[in-house]
Amino acid sequence: MALRFEILGKFNRARAARLTLPHFVCQTPLFMPVGTQGTIKGLTTSQLEDIGCQIILGNTYHLALRPTSVLIDELGGLHKFMNWPRGLLTDSGGFQMVSLLHLADITEQGVTFQSPVDGKPMLLTPEESIQIQNRIGADIIMALDDVVRTTITGPRIEEAMYRTLRWIDRCIAAHERPHDQNLFGIVQGGLDPVLRDICVKGLVDRKLPGYAIGGLAGGEDKDSFWRVVAQCTAALPEDKPRYVMGVGYPLDIVVCSALGADMYDCVYPTRTARFGTALVPEGVLKLKHQAMSDDTQPIDPTCECMVCKNYSRAYIHCLVTKDAMGSQLLSYHNLFYMLKLSRDLHSSIVNGQFPEFVCNFLQKMFPKGDVPQWVCNAMEVAGIDITSCCSPFPLSLIDSQAATVKFSRKNSIKMVHTKD
Amino acid sequence: MNFSVKALSKGGGRAGVLQVGGCSLETPALLLSTRKGLPAFISPDLLSTLPTPDSRLLQFSPLHFLEGISLKAVSEMGGLHQMLGLKEHVFVANPADPILSVPDYQSSNKIGASFETPSGRFLIKPGQYMEMISSMRPDIWVTLADEVPAWVSDKRNRVSIQRTMRWLDDCLALAKANDTGGAVFGSIIGGSKINDRKYCAQEVSRRNVEGFNIVGFGLGESMDERPTLLRAVTESLPEDKPRQISGLGLPEEVLQGVAAGVDLFNSTYIYHLTIGGFALTFPSEEIERHVSVDQLNDTIRDDGTKINLKATIYRKDTSRILEGCKCYTCQNHTKAYINHLFNVHEMLAQILLEIHNTYHYLGFFRKIRDTIREGTFEEFRQKFVESRREHAAPAAADNTDTDSAADNADTAALCA
Repeated sequence: MALRFEILGKFNRARAARLTLPHFVCQTPLFMPVGTQGTIKGLTTSQLEDIGCQIILGNTYHLALRPTSVLIDELGGLHKFMNWPRGLLTDSGGFQMVSLLHLADITEQGVTFQSPVDGKPMLLTPEESIQIQNRIGADIIMALDDVVRTTITGPRIEEAMYRTLRWIDRCIAAHERPHDQNLFGIVQGGLDPVLRDICVKGLVDRKLPGYAIGGLAGGEDKDSFWRVVAQCTAALPEDKPRYVMGVGYPLDIVVCSALGADMYDCVYPTRTARFGTALVPEGVLKLKHQAMSDDTQPIDPTCECMVCKNYSRAYIHCLVTKDAMGSQLLSYHNLFYMLKLSRDLHSSIVNGQFPEFVCNFLQKMFPKGDVPQWVCNAMEVAGIDITSCCSPFPLSLIDSQAATVKFSRKNSIKMVHTKD
Repeated sequence: MNFSVKALSKGGGRAGVLQVGGCSLETPALLLSTRKGLPAFISPDLLSTLPTPDSRLLQFSPLHFLEGISLKAVSEMGGLHQMLGLKEHVFVANPADPILSVPDYQSSNKIGASFETPSGRFLIKPGQYMEMISSMRPDIWVTLADEVPAWVSDKRNRVSIQRTMRWLDDCLALAKANDTGGAVFGSIIGGSKINDRKYCAQEVSRRNVEGFNIVGFGLGESMDERPTLLRAVTESLPEDKPRQISGLGLPEEVLQGVAAGVDLFNSTYIYHLTIGGFALTFPSEEIERHVSVDQLNDTIRDDGTKINLKATIYRKDTSRILEGCKCYTCQNHTKAYINHLFNVHEMLAQILLEIHNTYHYLGFFRKIRDTIREGTFEEFRQKFVESRREHAAPAAADNTDTDSAADNADTAALCA
């Protein structure tokens, strides 16, 4: 094990901790921006340090193709290659193969796929995934798991869960740098509590440095999503970091943190930035909208980032989706927002003000009190009283995504009206 | 605005000081080309890593903002400085820009100049242009010109002079009537006709302008006829006012311009280099001190002034673009990393390269100023051009792996 995890504060299930990695001492809960190919799109590493990024996620699949793990190793590892002094995490590469490649086939041996370089069939085994990640040299590496869509049902879920458990032993055996790199196991089992339970127990028996909850954020309904997170966090050991993979939206991160999760990653903030959408406490702001062309306010008047301190919505509006600078500035703002959210989660838990923070967050995002039912349900399990920010008569029982979309649409319509 | 010449070189170059917008800038100087007021890939926090005040001169085209933002909003925000959060920078407005706002002489007519932009073609009248200037409040603005290439007929050339002069008078009258601020640089055209050039320069210098904008170079005239044409213009201009030129961007072209007495250069050279994956590597004095001859020879692969970071030879090259360079990129990243970023089409490649190239080119201008003050500019120029010719000749002959647009333009200009 090459990490230390010390809990600094708790509120019911939520925890704030110090996570000491070989390259950086992190504060959790934390959000990890995705730097697929050894760079976060449009930002320099010094900018990422400026805005408080602690861990960057690299994608093994992409890095193994270009510049190749052998080259990264030869040049001294990914930290040195991209000049990033802080934490790095690499995924196993399995997810990209299944999601990006049509002809991927998963067998007991590993994932067979068609090489995007020369079209030949190739095989990624658990051993190979770990060898590649050993060469890349991230602080945290992920076990190869058998990923299935959460929307799938039937025996395939069970097969994938048991295979993930069999593969973890092959990953552990193949891991050559346990003193420099932390191998995290991934809990699978779809939306089935029984399977999730078997998987958690199996992984915990292996005494890994940390655990991830996988197979979520794949289009399942929000109530199923938070229940799986709640179940896993309850069953995972208290003294190890818990990472919810592929999550997510600011609201999801707040809910998962309340349920006792510590780490998150998602392409959403940077991807949505490139499409011209900014993250704000009220939800999202679509900078492409015509109403922005004469809006002289900053993106978020309460935000302290370089972009909000200098630029108006109107100026960003004339850059987005046309100039590289639009992506650069919006990615900067969105990541600043996510990292600030992480810091706020951490400090509110440490300072014993977590429920106030959650209520405040929900109030801004749902000013009419229409907090989605799944959030109310999750908060009840988390032991956080949010009645102060919920309207007495629930306006809707819709799930969060529908609510977010509805909200942003309302928001932009409102803005059109104020400007007309 | 205030300008004074401090030193003259025997070859004709001059070193001066331009005081504008609270900045004191030494000339000859480079205006950084921008897209909508910011360099293409350098965000304002990274812009501050470039040397100051050298990097404070920014050129933009008011036409960049024809779509996407209303003049009223720009005006409400207090102009470009406020809108861009660059209060200490000096903005120079020029309607023409070879990337986003290209003059289209065939569509220009007596009522206005035509420009091709990403949002379509626009005919800009002096009144419209002055409205933009009033809202954006640049420190310096150039007057509207009917820019024509070198190959148009004598008749069309004379028409362009008439129009440019009329628009100059219109712009000045409107600026006076509306009390528009900013220093006015009168645009001088005339194609490749010496007499037309002289005539236009003399006419413009009779107007109430604070400086001059020499237009229409880099549009088909040959490298050899250019010095004569340039001198015809600068010799017709008063000594005590700054002269800006558009269209001369390559190092040799800049040296030609300086030798003819030009003070300010705007160019998209850095942008084109960056897009093509090129990094400037020609030695400047600051760097020579840190580098052995071997290392220099090693970097000289293409034409002695730049390398192509897309080339596979840099795949495992953990050295800096230029040893001894103090720019953000060279302080932090290797050639191998930037090569990877280009391979996988990551935006950071352009960010890092634009930073390096801008830093380096500003250093080239500093070197030019130093040699003028020391009286060694002519030697410097000769040496620079010769060493580049030596490298360019074999490179052009076997036409190696450097076939990007920037390089082609480069070699073409050299061979012309």
